[in-house]
Amino acid sequence: MYNFELVKPSTLQDAVAALKSEDAQALGGGQTLLPTMKARLAMTEQLVALSGIDEIKGICTDDDGRICIGGATTHTAVAEGATGYPALASLAARIGDPAVRNRGTIGGSLANNDPSACYPAGALASNATIVTNAREIDADDFFRGMFETALDEGEIITEVKFPVPEKAAYEKFIQPASRFPLVAVFVAKFSDGVRVAVTGAASDGVFHWSEAEEALSSDFSEDAVKSLTAPDAVGMISDLHGDGTYRAHLVKVMTARAVKAAV
Amino acid sequence: MTKVTMTVNGKSRTADAEGRTLLVDWLREGLRLTGTHVGCDTSQCGACVVHVNGAPIKACTALAQELDGADVTTIEGMANADGSLGAVQQAFQDYHGLQCGFCTPGMVMSAAALLKDNPKPSEADVRHYLEGNICRCTGYHNIVKAVMAASGQEVAPVAAE
Ligand SMILES: Cc1cc2nc3c(=O)[nH]c(=O)nc-3n(C[C@H](O)[C@H](O)[C@H](O)COP(=O)(O)OP(=O)(O)OC[C@H]3O[C@@H](n4cnc5c(N)ncnc54)[C@H](O)[C@@H]3O)c2cc1C
Ligand code: FES
Ligand code: FES
Repeated sequence: MYNFELVKPSTLQDAVAALKSEDAQALGGGQTLLPTMKARLAMTEQLVALSGIDEIKGICTDDDGRICIGGATTHTAVAEGATGYPALASLAARIGDPAVRNRGTIGGSLANNDPSACYPAGALASNATIVTNAREIDADDFFRGMFETALDEGEIITEVKFPVPEKAAYEKFIQPASRFPLVAVFVAKFSDGVRVAVTGAASDGVFHWSEAEEALSSDFSEDAVKSLTAPDAVGMISDLHGDGTYRAHLVKVMTARAVKAAV
Repeated sequence: MTKVTMTVNGKSRTADAEGRTLLVDWLREGLRLTGTHVGCDTSQCGACVVHVNGAPIKACTALAQELDGADVTTIEGMANADGSLGAVQQAFQDYHGLQCGFCTPGMVMSAAALLKDNPKPSEADVRHYLEGNICRCTGYHNIVKAVMAASGQEVAPVAAE
């Protein structure tokens, strides 16, 4: 790893100020950034650790009943603390392994927007609001393709607000070597419709499977999914773990399983 | 260089760290505590697991400076006060939970973390919890037996699913 200076602000204000300097980068749990820096695929002059900022950690419920999670909250804390939204807690409990969950954070996962990451599916399906030091961004506008998001340089995710659906489930088909999903689907049924978000499948990252959303909004059943054609394999990730057609097929299978688990 | 101080296995210890110094390098090179191993460069093998403020983390994927002031337990802290092997370590020996031993420090630390939260795990719990610890030798069955034995439970003669 190339050397850098580590700063450890204890307030959001100090972190925002530190990230204004050119070539400074936020450090969440480091579970993605540090391996990337070790491989010298990333380098920076200054890392700004967010782990000491208490005001962006923790879980609460707001006046609208949304589950609000601080941007620097670890996966373990969400797995144990998001009791008001069991499907989301279960998603967090299945990320990586216990040691990864003790460090990795929701803000880091969303900011990174790995095309196979779990939280983007949870946020998109739940119609979550991503709150930063500067503004609020709807999940629908946040994810902009593989490793791309609406975040500006130096912008920090401070909180993520999740409306709680009537029914929801996350089904992850695990790729056992990386422990990321090969394909995973988050289904969330709200009073005004169903949202289906797919991760691990498309090269552009997390997406809505609109046909399934439509079908499930009028008939929330496994059969409604089974009657659909799998999404187009064009644009799906093809690698040694599975080609595009296989992934497209898995999208349908995992959606049906998620509906079954949610009913 | 900055001086970093942590409580390591109950004692206050200080050593230099650069910004980039990983916890595992600080332990191994700074303190010469070489029990914690480095098995990969990709944060995937778990050989480096230590406890920080009571929770298992990968020492290869954490910065020493960030953890200034933390309370750390490494494999060197797992023996009993009289120097004999701790319960988890002894069970690994008794049930042949290791062959080359490279993964063992991480396995023992992860297993100890599991037993702290879940003193009587099922076999499935053990396998699931140790998902992030890779062993190239044992085929895992004897590791699972060792952890079951360390929890004071009966050990199946043949490892089941
Ligand atoms: C073995 C292993 C298995 C894994 N398995 C899974 C899995 O199954 N599913 C899954 O989803 N993920 C998995 N991960 C990734 C893990 O969830 C990471 O924790 C996560 O992707 C990144 O979060 P972090 O807090 O570690 O961020 P970091 O690695 O610190 O940072 C990642 C990026 O986000 C930026 N960043 C960090 N925090 C913020 C913030 N609050 N605001 C703005 N930008 C920020 C950083 O600058 C960096 O660009 C795995 C990782 C490992 C090592
Ligand atoms: S050395 Fe492999 S996970 Fe830390
Ligand atoms: S005993 Fe050799 S890697 Fe586990």
